[in-house]
Amino acid sequence: MTVIDGTLKLDPEEARRVRQERLERVGRWLLPLAIMILAIWLWDRICVWNEIPQYILPRPGVVLQTLYNDAGLLFSSLLVTLRITFLSLALAVIGGVGLSVLFAQSKWVEMSFFPFAIVLQVTPIVAIFPLINIYVNNQTTKLLLCAWIVAFFPILSNTTLGLNSVDRNLRDLFKLNGATRWQQLRYLRLPAAMPYFLGGLKIAGGLSLIGAVVAEFVAGATGQSSGLASRIIEAGYRLNAPRLFAALFLISLTGILIFLVLSLISHLILRRWHESALKQER
Amino acid sequence: MIGEKVARAPASDVAPTLLALRGVGKVFSNGVTALSNVDLTIREGDFLSLLGPSGCGKSTALRLIAGLSTPTSGVLDWRGGGSLDRANIGFVFQEPTLLPWASVFDNVWLPLRLKGVSRGKAAPAITQMLARVHLTGFENAVPRELSGGMKMRVSIARAMVTKPRVLLMDEPFAALDEITRFKLNNDLLELWQDERFTVVFVTHSVFESVFLSNRVVVMAARPGRVFDELAIEAAYPRDEAFRTSPDYAALCRQASDVLVNAINSTAGPHHDGH
Repeated sequence: MTVIDGTLKLDPEEARRVRQERLERVGRWLLPLAIMILAIWLWDRICVWNEIPQYILPRPGVVLQTLYNDAGLLFSSLLVTLRITFLSLALAVIGGVGLSVLFAQSKWVEMSFFPFAIVLQVTPIVAIFPLINIYVNNQTTKLLLCAWIVAFFPILSNTTLGLNSVDRNLRDLFKLNGATRWQQLRYLRLPAAMPYFLGGLKIAGGLSLIGAVVAEFVAGATGQSSGLASRIIEAGYRLNAPRLFAALFLISLTGILIFLVLSLISHLILRRWHESALKQER
Repeated sequence: MIGEKVARAPASDVAPTLLALRGVGKVFSNGVTALSNVDLTIREGDFLSLLGPSGCGKSTALRLIAGLSTPTSGVLDWRGGGSLDRANIGFVFQEPTLLPWASVFDNVWLPLRLKGVSRGKAAPAITQMLARVHLTGFENAVPRELSGGMKMRVSIARAMVTKPRVLLMDEPFAALDEITRFKLNNDLLELWQDERFTVVFVTHSVFESVFLSNRVVVMAARPGRVFDELAIEAAYPRDEAFRTSPDYAALCRQASDVLVNAINSTAGPHHDGH
């Protein structure tokens, strides 16, 4: 590796490239932020210029104020939604990885059961929910089941793909060294599937939130839920647009946070060896 | 220093037979005959190269010897009966074939780990092996941080850490640049002379096979078969001086002629030249 010390003179093209890179680094954060601020300002202006009543489109300041005023109500609802989201995500990880490991043991098992997973995945959850509503009594179980059905598939399909994408030579190497099935799974197939699993996890994180919110929506129609989605429905009925927006804001924020946390976990695990996590050297 | 080593005579006919292939053939399920009626004797301490054009079945032969594949006809006779324990075979692939998530140390540990040897117990053997392939100080690096040549050194260390009796190498240096290849050739020979294991080395390079081996088995394609065998009787240790010597050049020419004949023997409707 060449060490470039500070006194080394860069030729103009190289200097331009370094400048460009620095600019891009700043721009990556600054540009979206600027656009966001501009959009919020525009939203505020539109409300003022057109004299739009608060129950149709509240000004951003009012939404923020509502977020503060209704904090107790909204955050306790957020906790309910978060609980369902994370429980279903955890179950999706256990179920998805467990099933894919089972599938990896035998082509026959995979061939037999994978189609069922696909059926479960492609059927809209809203259409299944009335059935769940009939068969399952417990409210939490209902929501959990709903969110799980939505979230487990990306983990299952990605991990299955990863477990089956092991380098042929590495498989031969394990065979040559008399590795048992368990050793091959533990030392070769599971680590090799890790990047695929983490990709699936990132998708599943967002989906479990969506699953939880959708389940609440459907359940909320019967007035049984207390999550953020039911706050939205409730606020809609009462023409309380500021609270509706505040709840919506919290859901988006949660989604973004889940994505960021999962991305960070993925980066920390893969940064040393996987192509996806490596910086390109030029 | 290589020069201080006692010259070792090429394994002669008196060395005991390690493995005999008798009438070995391999037909793939798609009907392609990869190997036909191969007779080959590998003696203890041989450095034997399988040299031939692509499609001559040299890699298939190596996989049969490794037990990764079974012959459709003929027998592999290990020391006159019974099969050699897999623990006694080291295999080096054309690609380094390392675990990308594991450190150099853990990659070399792998064969021992699979046999239930703990990290601590395996450490002395691993450290010693890494020193033998000149990788001391790189224990904690992961494969992507290494150059192609260094990755191949890790691969060799991993194959040798169990002290196998036979080292099977499938065009291990084909993807490396010439300077790196020469260096690895020298280091491999040094290792071989010190540890006295048997090597079966698959290559399509005349120069590499002549430099390394005491026996070059030339193979021909369609069907894959043994065409001829050359004894390379130059003394070991062979070093850079040997690489530029007239003897070496003459031996290479001889091997090259045999190879050309082997390629031409594959005449007929399947020939590439048509």
